[in-house]
Amino acid sequence: MIIDLIVFIPVIAALAIGLGAEGRKTALGAAGANLILGLIVISELMRKGGEELIFETSTVILENPKLTLGFAVDGMSGVLLLLTVIVTFCAVYVSPEKAPDGKVKLYHIAPLLISAGALGAFCSTDLFFLFAFHELALIPTFLMIGLYGHGRDKLAVAWKITIYLGVGSLILLGGLIALYSNLTSAESATFNIADLTAIAETMQLDQEVQKWIFLPLFLGFGILVSLFPFHSWAAPAYASAPTSIAMLHAGVLKKFGLYGILRVAMPMLPKGFEAWEGLILVLLLGNIIYVGFVTISQKYLDRMLGNSSVMHMGYAFLGIACVNHIGWNGAVLMMFAHGISIALLFALCGSLRERLSTLELSEIGGLASKVPFLAVSFGFAAFASIGLPGFANFASEITILFGAFNGAGEVGNLQKAAILALWGVVISAVYMLRAYRNVFQGDSAQGLTLVRRDSLNKIPIILMIVVLLLTGFFPNLILSMLPS
Amino acid sequence: MTTAFIILLLPLVAAASNLLLLRKKANFSAFVSTFSAAICLVLTFGLIRQDDLNNLGSFNWIKIADLKLDIGIELHGLGLGMILVVTLIGFLVHLFSLGYMREDAGKARYFSGLSLFMFSMTGIVFADNLAMMFIFWELVGVSSYLLIGHWYHKNTAAEAAKKAFLVNRIGDFGFMIGILLIWGSFGSVNFVEIEGSLRNGNGNYDKGLLNWSVFCIFCGAIGKSAQVPLHVWLPDAMEGPTPVSALIHAATMVAAGVFMLTKVLFLIEVAPTAASVIQYVGAITALIAALMATQQNDIKKILAYSTLSQLGYMIMAVGFAGLLSGGEVLGEKASNAGFFHLYTHAFFKALLFLGSGAIIYACHHEQNIWKMGGLIGRMKVTSFTFLIATAALAGIYPLSGFYSKDAIMTIAANKPLLLVIGSFVAFLTAFYMTRLCVVVFFGRARSWSSEEAKEVPLLMLVPLLVLTIGAIFAGQTFAYSWFVPSKDIPHPEGVVLPLILTAIAVAGIIAGFFLYRGRDQEPYPVQVLSRKFYLDEIYIILVRIFQDAVAWVAKQIDRLLIDGLLVRGVARLVTEIGSVLRGMQSGNLQGYAFLFGVGVILVLYIINAAIG
Repeated sequence: MIIDLIVFIPVIAALAIGLGAEGRKTALGAAGANLILGLIVISELMRKGGEELIFETSTVILENPKLTLGFAVDGMSGVLLLLTVIVTFCAVYVSPEKAPDGKVKLYHIAPLLISAGALGAFCSTDLFFLFAFHELALIPTFLMIGLYGHGRDKLAVAWKITIYLGVGSLILLGGLIALYSNLTSAESATFNIADLTAIAETMQLDQEVQKWIFLPLFLGFGILVSLFPFHSWAAPAYASAPTSIAMLHAGVLKKFGLYGILRVAMPMLPKGFEAWEGLILVLLLGNIIYVGFVTISQKYLDRMLGNSSVMHMGYAFLGIACVNHIGWNGAVLMMFAHGISIALLFALCGSLRERLSTLELSEIGGLASKVPFLAVSFGFAAFASIGLPGFANFASEITILFGAFNGAGEVGNLQKAAILALWGVVISAVYMLRAYRNVFQGDSAQGLTLVRRDSLNKIPIILMIVVLLLTGFFPNLILSMLPS
Repeated sequence: MTTAFIILLLPLVAAASNLLLLRKKANFSAFVSTFSAAICLVLTFGLIRQDDLNNLGSFNWIKIADLKLDIGIELHGLGLGMILVVTLIGFLVHLFSLGYMREDAGKARYFSGLSLFMFSMTGIVFADNLAMMFIFWELVGVSSYLLIGHWYHKNTAAEAAKKAFLVNRIGDFGFMIGILLIWGSFGSVNFVEIEGSLRNGNGNYDKGLLNWSVFCIFCGAIGKSAQVPLHVWLPDAMEGPTPVSALIHAATMVAAGVFMLTKVLFLIEVAPTAASVIQYVGAITALIAALMATQQNDIKKILAYSTLSQLGYMIMAVGFAGLLSGGEVLGEKASNAGFFHLYTHAFFKALLFLGSGAIIYACHHEQNIWKMGGLIGRMKVTSFTFLIATAALAGIYPLSGFYSKDAIMTIAANKPLLLVIGSFVAFLTAFYMTRLCVVVFFGRARSWSSEEAKEVPLLMLVPLLVLTIGAIFAGQTFAYSWFVPSKDIPHPEGVVLPLILTAIAVAGIIAGFFLYRGRDQEPYPVQVLSRKFYLDEIYIILVRIFQDAVAWVAKQIDRLLIDGLLVRGVARLVTEIGSVLRGMQSGNLQGYAFLFGVGVILVLYIINAAIG
């Protein structure tokens, strides 16, 4: 019941705002309630270990095939649920009262719907709703970029992300349909993920069949995670999106693709992965090395952050490619850590945008003495992002790397990929420290106008930093919920 | 909670409270940090007297399946010596900083950084496994970054901090690969467990891979201990406040590479090829850095290059651990020699840096030695301690450096070429230090700032005097036998080697004295040395080519190929299909709605088919 509440509280709040309730306050109330409920769910998961689904509910919609609107959480869903409620709370918190054009309703409804969609997707026990909830969350994303985005080309950007993610979803849908029709027969037709996984384990589809179903699934999910070379939608979209939307999409919604691969593709089609392992290793290195270099060459802070987020997804894919619990748990921890840290970075970037006339790195400088709180927080966020010990990001990266070398007496393809991927820690330090140095240190830039806005929302910033430190010092808090 | 864990965590608590609570009360936060350093020093004495050094405490950080990463404490032998160096010199530097940074606007931030450093450095010393070592390895890097960039509004300081961090990251890249290779081969990162597997012949490692692992781990030391070719960050790091240079960039952090190698001694012993690389990297660094030191004009830069050179000595000595001599590897003898020099060097080099700090403080932040002069009359105590430290560094009997240099040369004697290089470096060391002393302390004052210089306050003199005692006596048996027995340190056989080395040092001093006596500017400029073999310039070009150019190309590919062709192509395709099917113009959101609609229809179709 509690999961149903968590999924539908944002929907109800969105409806209330639609009917005239006060925008920001209602949204914040809903997000705060969800945060508390989420912590209750997590404490229960920690107690029970997270191996099994708990808080399961279901409403049967169709008998045959078995289609149910049902929710439950195990460790992995729980971690993502926690991520979603934290980022939602922070994103709603940093949103201003009114949209730039003075309107209120859609501006506060959209984040809530995205949140509800993500929560539904992460907690659905049913394959159909896993897909459908994610689609639900995408629509407000597109609308918000198109309506309230930054920059002159916001419409083009909205169009691009629409096409991109639309195509990705379509490919994914094709894969899901193929998976469904190969696994089920007329008598045993079901959309239940746990049932499908059990069927896949006993049935053992042919290598060849697995191979060709895995491909669209991986590509479809992959495009949603900005897998190289399908990544070019992400940076412009995040640079253009309103702060709360960038936080929610980069921080939470993007993780849906990784979740899907870990929840659906890997357990149901293990041989399918083996068939494509080489290609996948190349693509994930594309994310880390190639996009890493693209990130270095960025001239604007927001674009740089967007690209950095694409780059880090490569590590999550690397964790998945380990095909062992160390790598997979590392990937889940990575989703959590990256989700919080990128949301934090976009929140800070949003604050800078409100205060500055430009985000061009060469035009800014020496801000540390003018906005000390922002400088210190950005320092924390940057350190987290480049994977310094003490932050959850480091714990996840090191876990993934150890997963790649687990029991490896020799250096095979996976290990070679991991070594190359490790160069990414140098690349990310290059662009992050360069940006930090340009924005906050050194001389104050000439002619830079610093618009003083009303006081900064410190609470969500501090909350996110604390979460990153807490899970960085004690990663077992998260890891103990995951299977090993 | 064990004493050791308190020593580890107390500075972290101090750093956090300084950052969070005390930013407005700078003096109080300086006190908190210094007090925590003092307590750590006292507790360290307690730890040294403790009989049982097993079970110092352990905390499980990450556990998944076979992967178990702990924050666990292992401490014996050299580790005890190292923790004393860290807490003792750490405390003295805190004390000195109270004076040196008295009027600094960012005092709370500074002391917060110092405490963070103490925490990180203690973690390196205590680490019982490679992963923990790496964690604190990165953290000392952070504290070093923060302290080098303390005056962040200065462009040079901001750049130097960034450079230090990035160059270290390159070394850490190798270090991590080494750790991963070891983990792959042995299924553990714990020092005791790896050594056990190695002795029992367990673990599925092969010799070649092991050599690579050791080489990769050594890359970490190349970065942190600033060995060639990653040495370029250390001279720039002198942008940081001088007490920081004394603590981090002379006595402790940069020596962490040497200390880390002594911890993985059992790996070096079975990796002769990698060991050989270690010896030569050390020797080359010792030589190149000493050459560059002879032509620097900034007092701190001279000391920085000197540090590089001495670190090269230590690294070279530890590398000999893998050398077969008479059917057995030199092993512990070699690494003890390297560590012995680390130990004595910590005292006299910290003294030299703090002394230079006192001089800079007295000369109104003048750092150019050619603007100083005649300071011996105006700063008697500082000059006296500085000259003692110089003699110790030059290896003059009976000061501490004499003994440790003997130990290193005894080991180096196993390879004649390295013995020759080492001896030449000894000459250069005596030479450039004499040059510095002659120019700074004797002759006439060459600027108003050195004319007006007067002795620094007592708070800053106390650390100098304490370190002077260390610089004099650290080489005596009683000063080190409590952590490593004298018989385990190589001593030269007979008096030939010590006599020759002393003669070399004296020759260096005489040469320096007569060449620089009474000069007011560099009489023999050698461009290639003062410009540091043009390595910085070469590196900038390399970065331009391999990073910025590649990045630019990648960006163009992203813009033109992937974004241009691929995406626009697909977009057009979808639009075309859309307009064909609907016979109408395609808008932004309609396009998506269309695709979504197709999806829903397909799902419904499948459901329908399944039911039917």
